[in-house]
Amino acid sequence: MSIAAEKDCTEIYRTGDNRIQLRFLALSVNEALARTMAAAFLSELNPTLEEIADVKTAVSEAVTNAVIHGYGMEEWDGPTQARRKSAWIHMECGLSDNVFEVSIEDKGCGIPDIKTAMQPLYTSRPELERSGMGFSFMEAFMDEVKVESTFGEGTMVQMKKKIGIVEQMEEE
Amino acid sequence: MKACKKNGQYLMIQMPEEIDHHQTVQIRQAADESILEDEVRDVIFDFGQTRMMDSSGIGIIMGRYRMISAFGGQVYIMNADTRIKKILFSAGIQKIAEFIN
Repeated sequence: MSIAAEKDCTEIYRTGDNRIQLRFLALSVNEALARTMAAAFLSELNPTLEEIADVKTAVSEAVTNAVIHGYGMEEWDGPTQARRKSAWIHMECGLSDNVFEVSIEDKGCGIPDIKTAMQPLYTSRPELERSGMGFSFMEAFMDEVKVESTFGEGTMVQMKKKIGIVEQMEEE
Repeated sequence: MKACKKNGQYLMIQMPEEIDHHQTVQIRQAADESILEDEVRDVIFDFGQTRMMDSSGIGIIMGRYRMISAFGGQVYIMNADTRIKKILFSAGIQKIAEFIN
């Protein structure tokens, strides 16, 4: 994993795809910035309001995870202080045909056990009133969610969603 | 912040258009002050303006429920649109809060 990896754009130009990269400090105020940016980038595909809200929610979850868990921004004297020297979050969005993809990457503490972390209702920070639904929501609102993490080095969440195909919502 | 409106026995919380972690930290602070100082019994979350919500919205409801249910208080949710309702139901919020419209 590498933040802001130099990519060869030749292939992107050839296929007519599009990409953006955004780098911002791990501050909770930037959660809104990140999802708004993703939504604006997505608008090229003429998404429905529902699809926009899906993407916004999923991006919001991933960025919040990076802020709270990756960099531990809620505890200023905690063990994560050293990581704040470079507390950047890197977001990259891409459009390819009618598929929107986004990756959100941090160089924070990493996830020791991804399987446990992704379980519904599991949270490592109950005292912060985290509901433990973050990954479940990402999976519910996007078509594909991939998590890569190295303990002590950082986490990358990659998500994909097909835009323009209205799926029948399951009524409960 | 005009998130909290107090009406006698209950506290009405006007939820913002987009609910995320950043927003809930501020709402939580204002709400808890009001709950403790004014000794309100019930809490009503008004989602009338809300168009987007992430799991932070679940956390804030569960947290207030824990606070007030110990003293016999009840959590109510009003004006939630289909999308918000779907999110709340997926986390089982209907088990701890009553939906009113």
